[in-house]
Amino acid sequence: MIAFLIKRLFHALLVMFVISIIAFSIQDNLGDPIQQMVGQSVPESEREALREQLGLNDPFLVQYLRFAKNAAQLDFGYSYIFNEPTTEVVLRHLPATLELVAATTLLIVLLSVPIGVYSAIRPRALLSRFFMGVSIVGISIPVFLTAIVLIQLFAIGVTWTPFPADTGWGSWLNDLITTDGGMPAYGRGDPVHVFGTWYTNFASTEGLVYLVLPAISLASIMLPLFIRLIRAEMLEVLQSEYVKFARAKGISLRRIYFLHALKNTMLPVITVGGVQIGTLVAYTILTETVFQWPGMGLMFLNAINRSDIPLIVTYLMIVGLIFVITNTLVDLIYGLVNPTVKLTGKPA
Amino acid sequence: MFIVFVACAVLAPWLAPMNPYDLAQIDIMASELPPFWIDGSDPAYRMGTDAQGRDLLSTILYGARVSLIIGFGAVALQALLGVVFGLMAGYLGGRIDAFLMRLADIQLSFSTLMVAIVVGALVKAIFGGATFSAYAVPLLVLIIGLAEWPQYARTVRASVLAEKGKEYVDAARTMGLPSQRIMFRHILPNTLSPIFVISTVQVANAIISEAALSFLGLGMPETHPSLGSLIKSGFDYIQSGSWWITLIPGAVLVVLVLVINLLGDWLRDVLNPRLYKG
Amino acid sequence: MSLLEVNNLDVRFALRRGDVKALRDVSFTLDRGERLGIVGESGAGKSVAAFSLLNLIAKPGYIAGGSIRFDGQELNGMSDRALRRIRGNRISMIFQDPMMTLNPVLSIGEQMIECLKAHRRIGRREARAIALRKLEQVHIPSPEARLDQYPHELSGGMRQRVIIAIALLLDPDIIIADEPTTALDVTIQAEIMDLLLELCDKHNVGLILITHDLGVVSQVTQRMLVMYAGRVIEQGPTREIINDPQHPYTQGLMNALPQMATPGSRLNQIPGSMPSLDNLPSGCAFHPRCGFASRPDGSERAECRTRVPEFVASGNCQVACHMVAEMLDQQRIPAEETTR
Repeated sequence: MIAFLIKRLFHALLVMFVISIIAFSIQDNLGDPIQQMVGQSVPESEREALREQLGLNDPFLVQYLRFAKNAAQLDFGYSYIFNEPTTEVVLRHLPATLELVAATTLLIVLLSVPIGVYSAIRPRALLSRFFMGVSIVGISIPVFLTAIVLIQLFAIGVTWTPFPADTGWGSWLNDLITTDGGMPAYGRGDPVHVFGTWYTNFASTEGLVYLVLPAISLASIMLPLFIRLIRAEMLEVLQSEYVKFARAKGISLRRIYFLHALKNTMLPVITVGGVQIGTLVAYTILTETVFQWPGMGLMFLNAINRSDIPLIVTYLMIVGLIFVITNTLVDLIYGLVNPTVKLTGKPA
Repeated sequence: MFIVFVACAVLAPWLAPMNPYDLAQIDIMASELPPFWIDGSDPAYRMGTDAQGRDLLSTILYGARVSLIIGFGAVALQALLGVVFGLMAGYLGGRIDAFLMRLADIQLSFSTLMVAIVVGALVKAIFGGATFSAYAVPLLVLIIGLAEWPQYARTVRASVLAEKGKEYVDAARTMGLPSQRIMFRHILPNTLSPIFVISTVQVANAIISEAALSFLGLGMPETHPSLGSLIKSGFDYIQSGSWWITLIPGAVLVVLVLVINLLGDWLRDVLNPRLYKG
Repeated sequence: MSLLEVNNLDVRFALRRGDVKALRDVSFTLDRGERLGIVGESGAGKSVAAFSLLNLIAKPGYIAGGSIRFDGQELNGMSDRALRRIRGNRISMIFQDPMMTLNPVLSIGEQMIECLKAHRRIGRREARAIALRKLEQVHIPSPEARLDQYPHELSGGMRQRVIIAIALLLDPDIIIADEPTTALDVTIQAEIMDLLLELCDKHNVGLILITHDLGVVSQVTQRMLVMYAGRVIEQGPTREIINDPQHPYTQGLMNALPQMATPGSRLNQIPGSMPSLDNLPSGCAFHPRCGFASRPDGSERAECRTRVPEFVASGNCQVACHMVAEMLDQQRIPAEETTR
């Protein structure tokens, strides 16, 4: 267990090292702090002095070490746009994104497991085929398009009545395609304050309503993937000898499906889930842009559009940190669920 | 179906009723006209017009062309990088293999979209907005190519490792052939069919990535729109009720990607190579 | 009446191009405490027979006809719920490959206790105590610790001992063992087989042993069935069949044993291979490979090609072969003539 943790920690440090090198190179090459600090009018000699004073003429390695030391203390300098420490800016935007990701993950877990299991147990059922069909279409639709369609349907509403309203079927079809709209699709409403910079959308009905559309959009890209994965793995497990043996022992089908089969199914799903967390965070940038959700993704995009290099660097470092932490957690969970992995990193 | 798409895109200048890049043909007064089946439409613009008064049908045709060019270009670059790195990793093994695969792992754990966004942001910051717009197509090819090579490299590496164990490679080596020759003349041809299959999926991915980047404002400028930037420009007007500007190119994008994905499925069934899991 | 009576069992696989008959007209009986061997090449239908008794054949397969009477109950057509009460409880199974049979993510104890709790209303602690006792019976060292271990921590032989312990957990009437030692190292095969026999004797359990190993069958079982292409072709007391096989296929199997060959010469193979079930030859399925399909005088025995042979009694055995039937007729005629 301890050996495993040390190994993981080492791996995590390595990844963070790579990320920090990249982040530092960005800062080193693109940000000119002097320009930011003093503006255009200061003569070159003064700038040079300031540069010397700030250590900007030091060799690369010295500068990198200084950067790393500050980074370890979460100090990445000041944001140009907000004119306050970047770490504070990022941390202020962090809860919104985390809540969106949490709601999405909840949605994915709650839907993908039952649907995946069902369509594996009854692969020929009409409902299973329907789910499979929808999921292949779902994979093909980019997340921002899903979001736009959802906004049109549930926020703006469809008042379009192309079918002749005087016939029965026409008005029925018109009723079918018209929606009322009215769902909030802009920002996160009026979240409840918890403490510090953390405002939550989970504490009030209004907050939850604001979460609905963004979370569905974000889930729409992952859900089909997980449904298909769970179905494929489950189908394979159901063919296995130990499932047959469990049946020969006279165990109830429910126990076979939900204990024997599902536990084995979840092992590869957990691994893939770990990898997909990265993708999920990347997609928050798109989702937050569409819904103007005031999270890190939207902040990052603004930082890019306004060339706020320190803020970009901080975002990269903190997102990198989140990836590393979640990946380690996922590995840990995998090790706890799968008895054949002794938590030393080597399969026994 | 796919061929129809490619044909439409290639023939866009002749098929399209108007040239969206030609300012002279644009009538700002005719902006935000709806498509033909809704009241208030103008028969000259069958799919309606966008906010700048461009004919939507023509713009979509041109946009699909841009999307396809970038999709294929990016995949060609990915394939080149992926095949070279994959062959090196798989054939030479050892440190090079470990280094390249670790790099691919890290990049994949960040997800290709994230890498594309970051690289896109950097490229834009380096070149500045105006230059970026001017050279958007090659730059987007570069960005998406750089972001998505690991998938290729892994597939190639896996099939190289499988091929390497076979006897004809040993035979070639005992004949004293140089390793480049063994790699390119003997192993590469045998890894072609999995490469072919993932290429179709990758084209779809690249088109989606391009659309996502454009949607974020890191891609094609609105004066020279791809499907993604059309969706973005239309999205600003969705609240005012002009849903067609964003949803029609969106539907075209979905159908395009779906068609490519189905083509990929079909190819996999036809070629039926053992698909190597990463 | 026997404990288990199988009559005219017919199993098919519903495939898109039509049904494939995996088992046809299979009949046998098993008494309490008796040991029955089922032999045949792979693909002959041995395992299908074993799995269909408890209606455990995999999806496209189904029981198309026949009856399976166990202790006065008809199992064919019984609801899955009612069958579940018999599976693992009164009839249990041992599978071929112990490496695949145990669920890798559940502890040994869990897999034993769930079986007990599925059939009896007992508490966890009590179930654990029974599981422990059974592990002791199969001579597993430090059984207490094994209960909390996972399958991958045990060797193949140990796992098969655990599986035997699970099979015996509820003191069943019958154990169906499908090639229980094939996947094990040769050195421990005999050990596991001896253990299985010892425990079956001790608890008076009937054993259906499915194997392709004629040696094991001859040492272990009292009666045996020989199967070929989904049919039983010969059955009877093991000793009689081994000493004097009647069916040409059984003879071929016996002759193919290494100990039957002259040292230094080639093994006596049966020419050809078993036909696939969806493309069976007409008449007797064995006739294309059979050396007796034509008579000693060279004339062809047309029946072999056209008619499926019925069972004829030869001594205490039942044999499905036209040649044997013909020979028995010829023996009977002179015998009748002499008595006249």
